[in-house]
Amino acid sequence: MKYVNEFRDAALARAVAAEIAALARAGRRYKIMEICGGHTHTIYRHGIKDLLPAPVELVHGPGCPVCVLPMGRVDEGIAIAERPEVIFTCFGDMMRVPGSKGTLLEVKARGADIRMVYSPLDALRLARENPEREVVFYAIGFETTAPSTALTLMRARKEGLTNFSVFSNHVTIVPPVRALLDSPELRLDAFIGPGHVSTVIGCRPYSFITQDYGKPVVVAGFEPLDLLQSILMLMRQLAEGRCEVENQYTRSVPWEGNLQALKCMAEVFELRPYFEWRGLGFIAQSALKLSAAYADFDAEVRFGSPGLRVADPKACQCGEVLKGVLKPWECKVFGTACTPEHPLGALMVSSEGACAAYFNFGRRAMERENVIPLQVETVSGAGS
Amino acid sequence: MIEARETQTPPVEAPPRRRAPAFTAERIDMSHGAGGKATHKLIEGLILPAFDNPALAPLADAATLVCGGLRLALTTDAFVVHPLRFPGGSIGELAVNGTVNDLAVSGATPLGLSVAFILEEGLETAILRRELEAMAAAAKRAGVAITTGDTKVVERGKGDGLYIVTTGVGVVDPALSLSATSVRPGDQILCSGTLGDHGIAILIARGNLELEAEVLSDTLALTPLTKALQEAAGPGLRFMRDPTRGGVGTVLNELARDTGYGIVIREETLPVREVVQGACEILGLDPLYVANEGKLLAVVAPDRAEAALEALRSVPGGEEAALIGEVREEPARMVLMHTQFGGTRMIDMLIGDPLPRIC
Repeated sequence: MKYVNEFRDAALARAVAAEIAALARAGRRYKIMEICGGHTHTIYRHGIKDLLPAPVELVHGPGCPVCVLPMGRVDEGIAIAERPEVIFTCFGDMMRVPGSKGTLLEVKARGADIRMVYSPLDALRLARENPEREVVFYAIGFETTAPSTALTLMRARKEGLTNFSVFSNHVTIVPPVRALLDSPELRLDAFIGPGHVSTVIGCRPYSFITQDYGKPVVVAGFEPLDLLQSILMLMRQLAEGRCEVENQYTRSVPWEGNLQALKCMAEVFELRPYFEWRGLGFIAQSALKLSAAYADFDAEVRFGSPGLRVADPKACQCGEVLKGVLKPWECKVFGTACTPEHPLGALMVSSEGACAAYFNFGRRAMERENVIPLQVETVSGAGS
Repeated sequence: MIEARETQTPPVEAPPRRRAPAFTAERIDMSHGAGGKATHKLIEGLILPAFDNPALAPLADAATLVCGGLRLALTTDAFVVHPLRFPGGSIGELAVNGTVNDLAVSGATPLGLSVAFILEEGLETAILRRELEAMAAAAKRAGVAITTGDTKVVERGKGDGLYIVTTGVGVVDPALSLSATSVRPGDQILCSGTLGDHGIAILIARGNLELEAEVLSDTLALTPLTKALQEAAGPGLRFMRDPTRGGVGTVLNELARDTGYGIVIREETLPVREVVQGACEILGLDPLYVANEGKLLAVVAPDRAEAALEALRSVPGGEEAALIGEVREEPARMVLMHTQFGGTRMIDMLIGDPLPRIC
């Protein structure tokens, strides 16, 4: 398939892998975090780990918006969905995310009117078609999806729709990365920057990673060769002692980002003073709520959401996995109490979650790696 | 479909089935109908224990019943597709082909079909007439008669226009011994054509994706393909199944589990239409889990694989058949895929409904 097959060429992949291997210094380990869940998915789906030399280790980051959503936000969504006047709309991934009393899929089976949509505009259409019902869109995602929610709200206001509202769970990518970098348990050498988010925010916001923390960043695309090339670019930076933000994904990511999209976001959203992240706790200015100008469309206001805080299940070690301190399979409940079918933690739900990706695509690799004694550094913090 | 699936031949020594998964859900949700793990749990944890008997136990596409020295295959399937008509077919055609195919992959020649209609109050007669004609035409093409049936009408809002249940009975070829227990390491896995056409055609026909693409459902009676395979591979034909709901990935997992062997497939050999691949890329779906309605997977002894492939390719509907992988001793009970990119990944059973990824 055009524009896809070119990025999955096995011969090119072997050549790039050989270059990466040539740059890996004996006796040194390279821990590279891919921030974005979409990258995690690609890594497992195409078996990229098989192509990397042993010293290069990929650590999965916090960039899956479903996975970082705390249980309280899921419960609040469910509480709105259960109201008889509401048609509750959300993306497919959200349907199986466990709240403290079940998932949206289960609530739907109990009679709530929950519809899966592919775009917030589908929710807007439902609002137009059902003027007697309250249509709520459960918005989720990083800066990648926030502009489409913003545009939808702008259109809703223009059309004067009064039965449409948004429950915003939009989050921003920079604060959690900073929180990770400040975490004392974490030892990383470099970052693969998120591609889709960067199409909106550009590459400039990552400069604090290079300037304040001295770690190289390469913004990468989502095809397997994109990832291999970005790993090679990082290895070159490390070998040459450089520390820069580089853009591998130039075919989609302008350095300055998408100014039009940023403008829409600025009009519709404002930063929350703080927001809870699953496994990472509260992070200041890390999420978006509807701005005062759009407060009429804010489902939290309209339905009086109480701001629940629900503790994650005790056995869950999503936080450690999110921080890259534990490998997915080192979590106490991985594959036993927590499986993609019955997830305890959100990392097991979305196909972009590190645990689900590992469970679905990588269990064999896990078994293989388990035979080899684990590196001391990867078990630090285990069993906490 | 709560499909009491069939076993082809009374298996001599079935490998011990793993402990039935407990069915713990309090209510049925949509994932129980998706054909993946949740469906398996429903069938094995709730339905199988209730009806426990040797003909049901293998959970094959059709049950084998012995009658006066003849082996009869019996299968049933319910069709609840929406929309009723889609590019490449309609519910009526699907209802005939689906049941004919469950018989065909059991090595059986269909003797007759029964049909039950659940009609929703208000259904236009023209639609019903159209579907009856589609069923008659499909039955004629498949060389089988619709010999009995039933009709019920439910109130408006209690059905999706039209539901159809078909049941089929057929005679199993006495020369065949199709079963997971016949499969051996080294056996080759054939796929009769492109993956995912039906599922993607339905998704697009529902119209809420605003995707425009020419994808036709592949609904087709598989009898000519299974006959060709039987002639070409003879006793070297070990196992056949039609990868409907849950797709090829799910069937291969069932095979790995039921044989106790490993299944290894090669991504670059999987036949997938470009437009289907494109739709899957956009929606975040995997063609391995998308439904087919006119394809079969066959396991064939290595020395008959080439002949079987040629035979499949010579029959209409099998032109794009491919050898996609093989059975190996290791890794036991697992399906692996060598990716086009040069890596390896595990193919697990479908979990829940295939949910589109958000970004």
